[in-house]
Amino acid sequence: MKEGTPHSGGVPGFFTGLSMPIATHVADPGNDRSRIDARNDALFRGILRVCALLVLAALLGAALSTLWGGREVLFGDGWHFLASSQWNPVENRYGAWAPIYGTLVTSLIAIVIAVPLSFGIALCLTEVAPLWLRTPVATAIELLAAIPSIIYGMWGLFVFVPFMAAHVDPMLDSTLGRLPFVGALFRGPPLGLGLLTAGIVLAIMIVPFISSVMREVFQTVPARLKESAYALGSTTWEVVWDIVLPYTRQAVIGGIFLGLGRALGETMAVTFVLGNAYDLSASLLMPGTSISSSIANEFNEAVGLHRSALIALGFLLFVVTFVVLLIARRMLRSLKRKEGNA
Amino acid sequence: MSANVYRRRYAKNVVAQALASAAALLALMFLAWILWVTVSRGVQAIGVSLFTKITAYADQGGLANAIIGSLIIDAMAIALCAPVGVLAGAYLAEYARGTRMGETIRFLNDILLSAPSIVLGLFVYVIVVLPMTAATNGSITFSALAGSIALALIGLPVIVRTTDEMLQLVPSTLREAALSLGIPQWKLTVQVLMRAAGSGILTGVLLALARLAGETAPLLFTAFGNNYTALSPLAKMASLPAAIYQYTNDPNPAMHAIAWAGALLITLFVLALSLIARAVFARQKTSHE
Repeated sequence: MKEGTPHSGGVPGFFTGLSMPIATHVADPGNDRSRIDARNDALFRGILRVCALLVLAALLGAALSTLWGGREVLFGDGWHFLASSQWNPVENRYGAWAPIYGTLVTSLIAIVIAVPLSFGIALCLTEVAPLWLRTPVATAIELLAAIPSIIYGMWGLFVFVPFMAAHVDPMLDSTLGRLPFVGALFRGPPLGLGLLTAGIVLAIMIVPFISSVMREVFQTVPARLKESAYALGSTTWEVVWDIVLPYTRQAVIGGIFLGLGRALGETMAVTFVLGNAYDLSASLLMPGTSISSSIANEFNEAVGLHRSALIALGFLLFVVTFVVLLIARRMLRSLKRKEGNA
Repeated sequence: MSANVYRRRYAKNVVAQALASAAALLALMFLAWILWVTVSRGVQAIGVSLFTKITAYADQGGLANAIIGSLIIDAMAIALCAPVGVLAGAYLAEYARGTRMGETIRFLNDILLSAPSIVLGLFVYVIVVLPMTAATNGSITFSALAGSIALALIGLPVIVRTTDEMLQLVPSTLREAALSLGIPQWKLTVQVLMRAAGSGILTGVLLALARLAGETAPLLFTAFGNNYTALSPLAKMASLPAAIYQYTNDPNPAMHAIAWAGALLITLFVLALSLIARAVFARQKTSHE
């Protein structure tokens, strides 16, 4: 290779893996052009790198700043903050258990409803529905994810809450509410507002995320596996349950965690339909609160320790969603690797 | 006996398929329900005063200042996150392919993509609003700039991811051809690859705009709100989502009607953007074939 290769190195570009030799640095003082190119390349690379590191900085910053903002409560009260269910701005005492409970319960309800629904949608769109119908239906369901969360909140408050109060709550109270043990979960006045309503609205919001992951991974199942099963006389249901689902299990769980991460952090939709009450109640029909709705409702009126407590709640929410999303992405990523090796 | 087994398997299959179709129908029904409510209630309240009067008139007014505010905040947010996102995506696709750092950033970017927006709002509150308040002795507190930074953090991961994916789709023959002509890598990236992936990158920017335009939670304690028209990026500024939130919490039904009109505007804007983004993306696909 001659000296003065126009593309001078020092830049481990996309082709570093190739056997093509790269000039390390051109020390020819006469060759200005290549030196300028090399400098520009290094500069460009530096700028790009800084931009990419901003992503990292955003996540780290979000964690650290909420930790800092909530330090008075997090380090001052310690475990008491987590375990106490007393949230009293008048006496300036804050316990996070009620919002944590509300967040966990609503997300759990959302997952319980959304997972079978999403599985059904994915099954329908990969095996059952006629080919011409699949793309438009999939697009329509993905549009559910594009609707802003405040619209879900308004629809929830003005349309779905009265619907729940008029039809679903009384029905649950008079049927499931009569059962021993689990009955306590479904007993209560027909308020419409409450943990169950919030969970259902969340379920509708996360269905597009879970179902699109499921649909995508169901499509990666090699046709020969499915065809073999069909050739042995399996029904569509048996193929999906015994072949497709075991093959894609890890990614399906990843998709579910992705939905869970969304549900945990959702704010606007929940705020309107949850009722904002710090009372802990056994019944799902009673109002509650959640981490995100507490922050949204109270932050602008809060001062001092109250504000610190809300920021501390934000820190808790961030840590929990981070862990959930971490699990989700790990599971989804290992599937990608498997695909690549196959 | 075997006929019995067969019948049971057959019945199970029919039930499963029926339930699956019912699930898809249920999701479509909710989509139709939500859209129908938004459109039917929104249309009733849309009138000239919605675009000409400001929120200070309350139920006699409109959303003019909120619409202007949203346009300003969204434009600033996209102006902040589009260049950074495209460059970061280019770094992942062109400079960090297969490296450990690239993988880590890609992974964290995916997490940022679904991080709770309210926490990003708190983050901006702590790093922008509080220092600004302290630095100006309280004359500048909440600001449109803070709001747009919070929204930019929501749009950023969308752009990074799409740019990364779109650049990776560009055939490597293009890179090899350009490099063999002696073009430096930065020129290759900017003038060849980004141009080839142009409409894909545009898709990402449009999707990011669609995502951040509907966000409410982070605006509440960054841009706050304003009952009058504000144009300065350092002033408290009204925005459509925040105004809707405020109006929905109001007990007055006349305010709810205005909120529905605002909701319709946002929904139309966001859905139109996502559909345009899909169309642009489809064009990108065909141009590569």
